[in-house]
Amino acid sequence: MRSNLNFFSDEKFRSIFFQTLVIGLFALGIFFIVQTTAYNLEKRNIATGWRFLTDPAGFDISFSPFINFKSTDTHLDVYFVGVLNTLLVSFCGCIAATILGFLVGIIRLSSNWLLVRVAYIYVEFTRNVPLLLQIILWYSILIQLPRVKQSLEFLDTFFISNRGIYSPRPVFENGFSYVFIAFTLALVSSFFLRRWAKKRQDETGKQFPVVTSAFGMIIFVPLLLFFILGSPLSFDYPALKGFNFKGGMVIRPEFIAMFLALTIYTAAFISETVRSGILSVTKGQREASASLGLKKSWIMRLIIIPQALRVIVPPLTSQYLNLTKNSSLGIAVGYADLVHGFGGISLNQTGQAIECMVIVMATYLTISLTISLFMNIYNRSIQFKEK
Amino acid sequence: MNDLTEARKPPVATTGILGWLRINLFSNWVNSLVTLFVLYILIQFIPWILNWTIFAADFKYNFNGEEIINREMCSRVLDPENGGACWAIIYVRFYQFMYGFYPREEVWRVNLSYIMLAVAIVPLLFDKFPFRKHFLKFTYVFPIIAFFLLNGGLGLEPVSTNKWGGLLVTLVLGCTGIALAFPLGIILALGRRSNLPVISMMCTLFIEFIRGVPLITLLFFGMVMLPLFLPEGIDMDGLARVLVAVTLFQSAYMAEVIRGGLQAIPQGQYEAARSIGLSYWQMNMKIVLPQAIRISIPSIVNTSIGLFKDTTLVIIVGLLDLLGIGRGALADTTWLGLAYEVYFFVSLVFFIFTFAMSRYSLYLEKKLKTGINMGAD
Repeated sequence: MRSNLNFFSDEKFRSIFFQTLVIGLFALGIFFIVQTTAYNLEKRNIATGWRFLTDPAGFDISFSPFINFKSTDTHLDVYFVGVLNTLLVSFCGCIAATILGFLVGIIRLSSNWLLVRVAYIYVEFTRNVPLLLQIILWYSILIQLPRVKQSLEFLDTFFISNRGIYSPRPVFENGFSYVFIAFTLALVSSFFLRRWAKKRQDETGKQFPVVTSAFGMIIFVPLLLFFILGSPLSFDYPALKGFNFKGGMVIRPEFIAMFLALTIYTAAFISETVRSGILSVTKGQREASASLGLKKSWIMRLIIIPQALRVIVPPLTSQYLNLTKNSSLGIAVGYADLVHGFGGISLNQTGQAIECMVIVMATYLTISLTISLFMNIYNRSIQFKEK
Repeated sequence: MNDLTEARKPPVATTGILGWLRINLFSNWVNSLVTLFVLYILIQFIPWILNWTIFAADFKYNFNGEEIINREMCSRVLDPENGGACWAIIYVRFYQFMYGFYPREEVWRVNLSYIMLAVAIVPLLFDKFPFRKHFLKFTYVFPIIAFFLLNGGLGLEPVSTNKWGGLLVTLVLGCTGIALAFPLGIILALGRRSNLPVISMMCTLFIEFIRGVPLITLLFFGMVMLPLFLPEGIDMDGLARVLVAVTLFQSAYMAEVIRGGLQAIPQGQYEAARSIGLSYWQMNMKIVLPQAIRISIPSIVNTSIGLFKDTTLVIIVGLLDLLGIGRGALADTTWLGLAYEVYFFVSLVFFIFTFAMSRYSLYLEKKLKTGINMGAD
């Protein structure tokens, strides 16, 4: 009879019992939520479905550099504009934040006391003030720039005003695609050149000037082709007409504010990871490479940086993810990203809260997972290869 | 005879102030140029910012000695060349910055809560605090007291949460978010490491989902979707809905930090606990978690700093925290155009809180390091 009572102390039974219980409760919870949601939606006369995506949006988006957006376009177009704007500011921000972050991180390890102090104050101030506040602050500075009529001019081609930065827009004419193809080919072949040179060096010890030759290939071959084809590129200059500029290309203050704030904020965090990464390479490594007779710049490039990168890349990945997610704060200054355009205006106009939120969340998840995937591949490529 | 010569003094250029300057500022010509350049910028910048924020600034009265009641009376509006910051906007709106629209006759309740918050938190932070055990009992009951004190009930006049604002909302969101996310995070972390595949998978999915989306989408979720999920009759106010979103968000991050702590506990501890016959919960509560949490406290403080800064996002869904009150003040036509003063003040308040938290986290890290080393000796 005891065995019956002790049925519950059997680990296998208990494990199955608890898991079934959890699944059951979870399913019950979902069922309950679906029921009440359906009831609530019916009461508020909201029809679910994806049909609203093909309805005309009926509003304008001020910043859409890739797609020419008109108010007659659909909500689906709003979504694509939003995704592209999110990706644009995240991409620019990640690159600029990496450069600034590495710079500040290295400065903080330099021997110049004053510079170290200044970098330290920058890091502490930007890390400890909310990003949203910084975005709003940058925006409020940018919209205090002079009006369009009094805009600051540089060489008669760049105009800075409270409506943004106007610059010439490149117009690609016939034949420019060849230059572009040449550029791509040069990029690909320099990648293979690097692999070949490394293989030859490993086998024979002979070095090949990879950087100079790749640089020459990437810059001069397309440039040469460009002139041979008779410069198939012209510029459309902005010109003041009435109350605004016509022609040219404009970078809106919303974008600049987002870009500056995201870059400066994230760079402070990146600089800390860079600093701890470089500090993690022991002094012995530096001394050993110096005693081998390596040049100072080689020690940094061949010994310190590769080892530091192993420590830097994982936290760097999470900073990129943070930056991308933080780009959703564009809604505070009216930057038409995914959250503001599709999750904000479209949601309010159509009332399709559930659909819009599901799409927005799924998109962010996809972006996050993609960034993690690529950074993990990169991370694996730089880790110790134990033989 | 003593043949020993007296030790020669080190060269002047390597000791004292001169030596310090040479080594740290002018070690080579590049460094010297950089130093001079940075010095030049600082000399331009520091007097200007000091002048703007303090010496040329108005606090309550402008340079004519009149009490400032609108933007036209600010020295920097009257005299844009010489006038500094006009802190009168902060002075006039100080009540709103601290309490929002909380009724004036009831404001003692907020003040009392602020004081009790300090009494509840300080003993929690420092383990050498005298009579810490007794104070910690108060820490546990403080949330209940604070809830009734701020919200009303039990004979106190009820104050609707849409009258709350400013620092009050910031602190309520930050403290409640952290306090509720902590136990949830522990459960999620244990769940993710559980041997039961269903539970581990569900916890992992939840954590990764929350960490993959921005907080603002979760806030929208709380604002627009949560009411749809709830049956009729259950009505949550804005603050509660935002709190649900913030707590879920923070618990996922807390779980990852605690999971890191759990992973650092050697397998032997688990095996030893099991071999003396402790159950799963006894093992975790008495052996594993106390050690895991101790080593993850610095990271817990760091994620809490993140949450504290992220509470500003609630202005996007219409709550008036410190930043929200600031933007409200700027939208008021009597104070239009004083953005820098307001943002400076709000940044300063946030900076004081977050900087203190990050210093505390550093202090803990140092203490932890020495503690571990002492154990190893």
